[in-house]
Amino acid sequence: MSNIGSYEERIKNFDWQIAEKELDYEPGNMINIGWYCSDRICEKGYGNKPALIWEGSTGNEKRYTYNDLRINSNTIGHFLRGLGIKPGDRVCLFMDKIPELYIGFLGILKMGGIAQPLFSAFGDESLYVRLDNAQTTAIITQKKHAPKVRKIMDKMPYLKHLIIVDADPSKPLLDREVAFDMETAEKVEKFEVHPTYAESPSVLHYTSGTTGLPKGVQHVHYSLIAQYLTSKWVLDLQNSDIYWCTADPGWVTGTSYGIIGAFSNGVTQCVLDAGFSADNWYRFIEKHKISMWYSAPTAIRSLMKAGDEVIKKYDLSSLRHLASVGEPLNSEAVIWSEKVFGKPFLDTYWQTETGSMMITNFPGMKIKPGSMGKPFPGITATVIDPETYEPFGETGKIGLIAIKPGWPSMMRAYWRNEETYKKKFQNGWYLPGDRSSIDSEGYFWFVGRDDDVINTGGHLVSPFEVESALLEHPAVAESAVVAKPDFVNMEVVKAFVTLKPGFTGSKDLDLEIMNFVRKKLSPLAMPQEIEFIDTLPKTRSGKIMRRILHAKEWGEEIGDTSTLEND
Amino acid sequence: MDEMQEIIKNYVIKEYVEDDTELTYDSPLISGGIVDSFSMVSLKRFLENKYNIAIPDDKATPEAFDSVNKICALVREYVK
Repeated sequence: MSNIGSYEERIKNFDWQIAEKELDYEPGNMINIGWYCSDRICEKGYGNKPALIWEGSTGNEKRYTYNDLRINSNTIGHFLRGLGIKPGDRVCLFMDKIPELYIGFLGILKMGGIAQPLFSAFGDESLYVRLDNAQTTAIITQKKHAPKVRKIMDKMPYLKHLIIVDADPSKPLLDREVAFDMETAEKVEKFEVHPTYAESPSVLHYTSGTTGLPKGVQHVHYSLIAQYLTSKWVLDLQNSDIYWCTADPGWVTGTSYGIIGAFSNGVTQCVLDAGFSADNWYRFIEKHKISMWYSAPTAIRSLMKAGDEVIKKYDLSSLRHLASVGEPLNSEAVIWSEKVFGKPFLDTYWQTETGSMMITNFPGMKIKPGSMGKPFPGITATVIDPETYEPFGETGKIGLIAIKPGWPSMMRAYWRNEETYKKKFQNGWYLPGDRSSIDSEGYFWFVGRDDDVINTGGHLVSPFEVESALLEHPAVAESAVVAKPDFVNMEVVKAFVTLKPGFTGSKDLDLEIMNFVRKKLSPLAMPQEIEFIDTLPKTRSGKIMRRILHAKEWGEEIGDTSTLEND
Repeated sequence: MDEMQEIIKNYVIKEYVEDDTELTYDSPLISGGIVDSFSMVSLKRFLENKYNIAIPDDKATPEAFDSVNKICALVREYVK
């Protein structure tokens, strides 16, 4: 029997108090995610239960019980407090998927700080704009990533501490640097958790938009209510589960469901900190007897590409439930997973700003491959007319996805950017920026983004950011960046570039520009294709018409070109 | 040690290694997290430019790019 039971019954009788009661939370009481994910599980008698089983790229393994989670997060919280870091200060986690990332996240929350996780593959420019926007007080990282931070330290007087979790004792630390070794640090058994409440800031995740700098999506401790319940009802986390969320906590899935949802439900979760290979992933499932697997369409399509033969080498019979997030899961992938694993991946739809699942497929529900599913109980979602912002009166029409504000994990602000935050709401609806339709049975069907943001491998990339980086290359005069279709990643970054006088497009220049963007921003933002052209399509007022380039890449009608320059 | 091994190893160190991690010809590049799947595209482009070859996308797998030695074996299939 699944945790949700009957979706229809849950819809009828839903109240978020269901989660509040299960978590023994009453409005007005203290609520601290770090405490709920560690101390509370111990208080319920599961202190010796494995919480985190971590495996590195060389096969080395580390195991932590819930009591270890409690004590180590105490220790990190105590260390940060000792450095003078105060409640409300932003503390960045800039690490690979190592145990210190997961436990450090809880430690920051327990001392009242705001956890700011950033993807460890970010280049120095991507890192700087996000730290600068947040005015981050401390950054916790590994020695392998420290050089990127050092490169920008001088520009960040507000960054008081660079904390290195695996510092080489033979090498001297520089100004503002401090070493912290979680394994050898003196353990803190008792720690006074900072009294945070429902609306106390908890996590700051950065996400990209079409224009402007990345936005800091600020969440609060009350988000736990939705993250706990969606984990329980959609991921169907049960006490005996061995759970694997493949997402990196540098992104929201990795924190909402790779940390908060998993640990607040008290399950055992496994983490593989290694690059992708089909063999290695199947081996990992077999070795740890993974029962619940939450992954992403890009990974699933990569597994499809690796073929079915490799699957036969492994015993994957432990798998009982599969789900997916990041970008729409195509129907072929759902059908394939049913064929090879005997169960479909259930697609879940949500985003950084929503903090938890909004529209999903549920255990026990009829699955329509390619559909996003139905709204989570307590979530009022519909499709509205993009002109009037009114819900359509009939099914099947394509419009903007709209969600009634007020669910527990809704973002509370874009950090220092109220104007953009307000624009996300129209006519009493929150607009995620995606288009969809609803069929006669109430299932949502994803159509696409409503803006130029590129969704590559489930991560949003701003064309504006990539264009800005390209312009810093000495050969580039102008650039326009669009999405290009891709089987595995759904979309990848493509750049159209005009060159300055004296430069000629060549294979070597192409590679040089790719690497330039990769190091400055991130591998995700690196154009996978660069096309050198003489002129970019522009309006008569000089605005680059990305729309025309996008249509060309996707084989679509170009549409109205009446405003095109020289037309 | 041959010239191709050394050229590819040095390129990987220059472009993808951020600290003083030592690399051997058998160090796991993809599974070891040194080169991610997105960056593989730029590494493939380097090999194609350097050796004037075209590596089919279905041959450019994480397994085939997982060490300098495996990359050398792949490149040699296409070098005339």
